[in-house]
Amino acid sequence: MSDKEPLFSAKNRKLITNPIGAQNPITIQVLGICSALAVTAKLEPAIVMSISVMFVLVFANLFISLLRNTIPARIRIIVQLVVVAALVILVDQILKAFAYEVSKQLSVFVGLIITNCIIMGRLEAFALGNKPWQSVLDGVGNAAGYGVILVIVAFFRELLGAGTLTLPAVGTLTIIPQAFYDLGYVNNGLMILPPMALVTVGVIIWVQRSRNKDLIES
Amino acid sequence: MENIINIFIKSIFIDNMVFAYFLGMCSYLAVSKTVKTSFGLGVAVVFVLAITVPVDYLLNEYVLKAGALSWLGESFADVDLSFLSFIMFIAVIASMVQLVEMIVEKFAPALYSSLGIFLPLIAVNCAILGGSLFMQERQYASLGEATSFAFGSGIGWLLAIVGIAAIREKLKYSDIPAPLRGLGITFIVTGLMGIAFMSFMGIQL
Amino acid sequence: MDKQGNLYTFLYASIMVIIVAAVLAFVSESLKPIQNKNVEVAKKIDILKSVGIASDAKNAEDLYEKHIGANTKVINMNGEEVKGSAFDVDMAKELRKDADARNYPLYVCKLDNGQEKIIIPLRGVGLWGPIWGYISLNEDKTTVFGATFDHKGETPGLGAEISKEFFQTPFKGKTIFDESGAFTSIKVLKGGSAGNAHAVDAISGGTITSNGVTDMLEECLKGYEKYLKN
Repeated sequence: MSDKEPLFSAKNRKLITNPIGAQNPITIQVLGICSALAVTAKLEPAIVMSISVMFVLVFANLFISLLRNTIPARIRIIVQLVVVAALVILVDQILKAFAYEVSKQLSVFVGLIITNCIIMGRLEAFALGNKPWQSVLDGVGNAAGYGVILVIVAFFRELLGAGTLTLPAVGTLTIIPQAFYDLGYVNNGLMILPPMALVTVGVIIWVQRSRNKDLIES
Repeated sequence: MENIINIFIKSIFIDNMVFAYFLGMCSYLAVSKTVKTSFGLGVAVVFVLAITVPVDYLLNEYVLKAGALSWLGESFADVDLSFLSFIMFIAVIASMVQLVEMIVEKFAPALYSSLGIFLPLIAVNCAILGGSLFMQERQYASLGEATSFAFGSGIGWLLAIVGIAAIREKLKYSDIPAPLRGLGITFIVTGLMGIAFMSFMGIQL
Repeated sequence: MDKQGNLYTFLYASIMVIIVAAVLAFVSESLKPIQNKNVEVAKKIDILKSVGIASDAKNAEDLYEKHIGANTKVINMNGEEVKGSAFDVDMAKELRKDADARNYPLYVCKLDNGQEKIIIPLRGVGLWGPIWGYISLNEDKTTVFGATFDHKGETPGLGAEISKEFFQTPFKGKTIFDESGAFTSIKVLKGGSAGNAHAVDAISGGTITSNGVTDMLEECLKGYEKYLKN
């Protein structure tokens, strides 16, 4: 690759768009589900979680990529863990200070970003072998792919489960009008419960694979 | 004592790591193709959880928590190192896993050959770190409570992965819509298992 | 230098740990005041809720200052005032001590209509974990003015209902001393609380949590008996 390559060349753009669609870390590569689904009962924590993961992944990718030629092979994993854990602590401290309510809802799941397989996976597979700028783009792309699924799941769960949507800085919006309830519409309380997060992801995978036949498992 | 049993039952059935908190999903999905391997992984998770949570409990109680260092002297009573807990917990987990691996390899080669391949996987299993973080969050009052929570969570995880593996072995013979095959149906079945587990919620002790 | 050598690896790890520790300690120290403030505000919202004052993160500080302010004290079991700041007393720690060694914090809240209410913090155990709350008493020091409860992880739909209004409202008007002036805590009973001045209805299916609330009220209010009688 030459130094003159534009910052957003076609190849670089692919780094962002691929993980959102055909290489999605959650629905295709099956990574990072652990810390994700428990925060999708409402839209707000899901969005905050996605932003936190993006922050951690982008900076972890950047630092590891900058350090990639200096890291001793034997303690590679430890170095990665320390960088990730330090970034996660930063996020946790910032949330506790400036978004206290959300941080209470996210509780331990902020800490679990450390063991989010997407992060370690991208560090190992990409940042250790690529230049910083590409690594940053890769981080943005993968975190966005993760965030998209999180937000879709949370959108449906909150809308169908509580009839509202909660956005950061805006507050809770009532989406289903009162007239519907008067006519006998009832919120589906099941959607708020944890098992429905799994079923929702299952349905998303179903839709995605029906549209893109290449992804079907044999 | 009643409390300890309560915590144990609750962490197996109601606060199940997989069905209620989705922890350890990566390995849950990847290693649940046959009952035999999933049982091996499950046992390894129980093993590692039961070691790391009590160790992290002591670490939290005597080093990290606000005022935890007061046993060092009055002047340390105000020190609050809780912001370091993530990094300390993950360090303990990584080193414990390494240690367990070496000990098992040396003294129980038979166990190592069946369990050993899973141990490195486990260091980055969210259920393990999750165990320590929940322990801290829920402020268990004694080492006994923390240990019982660790055992319960591990067994709950084992139950979940063996269950899904058994179902997946049968699913091979089912006619599932093509786009749902593999990952999709596993998610949905896990969701259904979760709903089934929710019937334990009314448990009264 | 040999990048795979022991010395290099060792130096690398040490430098990394020092840098990371320094950065984290700095951030944690500088954000600490804001974080503590958040915890304080959350507690103030709870305290105000027990006297029916709704507040949010923005106005809790002002409302607390206006209605309660420095009007708090810590007493011992004999009803004598002891040193200490009521707001900083950790109930979880106090309950581990013997009853006569505990510090008992209380808040006096002046409402807009001039009435003064006594707010007493509560803490106990439910089925799965800690439960806590605040109960406020009228000036006669026996009639309950309001109560609020919360929990860490009671069963949703059953024990968790103690944080709902339909469970908390009936506490209003109950008394904690009987006609002869003997301390009689409020019980959470299954059915048949109608007409009983010392009981409210339990949550069906939430027996252990309900019993937890009963025990919590008994255990926490008992210590204030001498103070309230004077």
